[in-house]
Amino acid sequence: MLKIAKERLNELYAKINESMGLFIPIKRAGEVNYAVWGEGKEVSLETLKTVKSPKNMFFPQTENMMQFKTEGKNIEIVDIREEYKELRPFVLFGVKACDYKAIEVLDKVFLADPVDTYYQNRREATTIVTLACSRPEESCFCGVFGIDATAPTGDVTTWLDGEYLYWQVNTEKGKALTALVKDLLTEGGEKEVASQQETTKTVLEKLPFANLDLSRFKPENLNELFEAKEWEEMSEACLGCGTCTFVCPTCQCFDIRDIKTNEGVLRYRCWDSCMYSDFTQMAGGNNRTTQLQRFRQRFMHKLVYYPSQNDGLYSCVGCGRCVNKCPQKLNIVKVIKTLGGKNND
Amino acid sequence: MKDVEMKMLERAKALLESGEVARVIGWKKGDFCFDPAPASFETVEELDNFVYDYFCGANLSKYLIQMSKKEGKTAVFLKPCDTYSFNQLVKEHRIKRENVYVIAVECMAKLDIEKIKAKGISMVESVEVVGKEVKVTSAYGVETLYKPDVVLTKCATCTKTHQVKDEEIILHERPARDVDRFEEVAKLEAMTADERFAFWREQLSKCIRCNACRNVCPACSCVKCVFDNPASGIAAKANDDKFEEQLFHVIRAFHVAGRCTDCGECSRVCPQNIPLHLLNRKFIKDIDNLYGEYQAGETDEGKTPLTSYTEGDAEPNDVMNGEAK
Repeated sequence: MLKIAKERLNELYAKINESMGLFIPIKRAGEVNYAVWGEGKEVSLETLKTVKSPKNMFFPQTENMMQFKTEGKNIEIVDIREEYKELRPFVLFGVKACDYKAIEVLDKVFLADPVDTYYQNRREATTIVTLACSRPEESCFCGVFGIDATAPTGDVTTWLDGEYLYWQVNTEKGKALTALVKDLLTEGGEKEVASQQETTKTVLEKLPFANLDLSRFKPENLNELFEAKEWEEMSEACLGCGTCTFVCPTCQCFDIRDIKTNEGVLRYRCWDSCMYSDFTQMAGGNNRTTQLQRFRQRFMHKLVYYPSQNDGLYSCVGCGRCVNKCPQKLNIVKVIKTLGGKNND
Repeated sequence: MKDVEMKMLERAKALLESGEVARVIGWKKGDFCFDPAPASFETVEELDNFVYDYFCGANLSKYLIQMSKKEGKTAVFLKPCDTYSFNQLVKEHRIKRENVYVIAVECMAKLDIEKIKAKGISMVESVEVVGKEVKVTSAYGVETLYKPDVVLTKCATCTKTHQVKDEEIILHERPARDVDRFEEVAKLEAMTADERFAFWREQLSKCIRCNACRNVCPACSCVKCVFDNPASGIAAKANDDKFEEQLFHVIRAFHVAGRCTDCGECSRVCPQNIPLHLLNRKFIKDIDNLYGEYQAGETDEGKTPLTSYTEGDAEPNDVMNGEAK
């Protein structure tokens, strides 16, 4: 294990930034989100939950896909992916265990056949440095999904305490990154990390949502869950906004649209939300016309549809962002407790 | 607050039992002491989960657009500031007034759990308010906070009193407050245009286009928002820097100008804590200056400055040149 003193972290960031891009939680206008590092930026590794998850790095909220340049009767197609060939490799720094697991969920969607090359380009250019949690809070429930918040993987795993950032190499990519910053790192830290993990684990065990029971959420219960009368009551206060989907690290839906530009047409995609009234609108209209149906879709997808297609892997990682951010305090935990059977009472 | 909750519960039970109303809109208990959710209750049994405390910040008036169209009467608990939104919606014929039974309830300024957590407190177990002190018990110990530091932004400068007619009221006597809601607006006005542009750019660059501000806003009551109409050529969800940073929120503020009651829900629900209410307050301040003091939602009838004409109205040119009275 390696380590670096906390007050030298800026040197570490600067060193990485010499040859790679660096995305890290940065405080801007009062809120912490992943952003490009630069001198003078206020890094906040201590922030437990960034508002937006790091999925933005591989799957930006809005992304240009191609351009159609028109001149007279000629149409020139500009493949924007060409630019990515020059993409500078970058480091995603400070990813928590839940968010790291979420990347696995996204990979199963975007890297499955047919591969989403826009996502793949960014994903392959990235080295991921994870950061273990040391002070989880009441809205956290990653343990329910088998995630160990004290030992995330990634290319490099780090732990932070009052004095040092501890550094453990996991992969070849991680080794290459470590070689780049080796002058700043010294040996040691096993004992400190083990003791932090032990303390954190006692907190994790006591979290209010630590014992949620997911056993009812399986494919064979699909119809029964779908027909549950409780959806009406659960969705009644839903505003139909996209907060839960946009702060969610695993939500992956997008819309593709064309916009007229001075040169022709630009095709872009942007995050979409199943909570929105125009979601998956087709020529014949929309197959979900009420907020109840939209609300049910989101949670059925997380807890039943996705796992039934991905060997039981849930597409919720228990990050708790929706628990904190839903304007009207509706969230997936309330759904699990309502429909998940008596073990959740 | 406990006594107010008891009285509310008593009334809700009586109204449901007598059949006078078909449902009651209030708040139901969450998983923690700080996450009650808006809910409707149709039976006395359902009221077991009823709660009214310092975290019931949500404005319930907009739910009445749908609820008042249902079979039977709907009773609703409205805090003083919510009654303005209610009046405004009635005035705009969005709520079927005859189907609603309003009970105005005490507010006492609601708390913001995010502000409490920002003080470094997590694993909150209980919160107790005594006067200006907020005693927060968490797994890590007990801390006492100064209440004005941790109330919802919308409550910090609120001087509103209930404005509903002919209905029930459950209120304590409340001393008048000496606060100026335009203080932050004045600070923005004192900036140079460049500074102000930088301020809003920095704030609005955080926007994720979740549309929570629009969807919660009682003044945004269009059946179909123009931004949700794909045929309009714009996408409500595309987070394109130039558009959303500079236009979306400004356009929305224009659309609700003269009708915004300053309920502050936009800022309460913003996941990125953008102070959106300041855009609306700027318009309110300007309307006050140009047309005389006006508070939207004070009544559910009458003319409004931006939808009626008088000979003394400010000329557009004067407004643009900053020469209006």
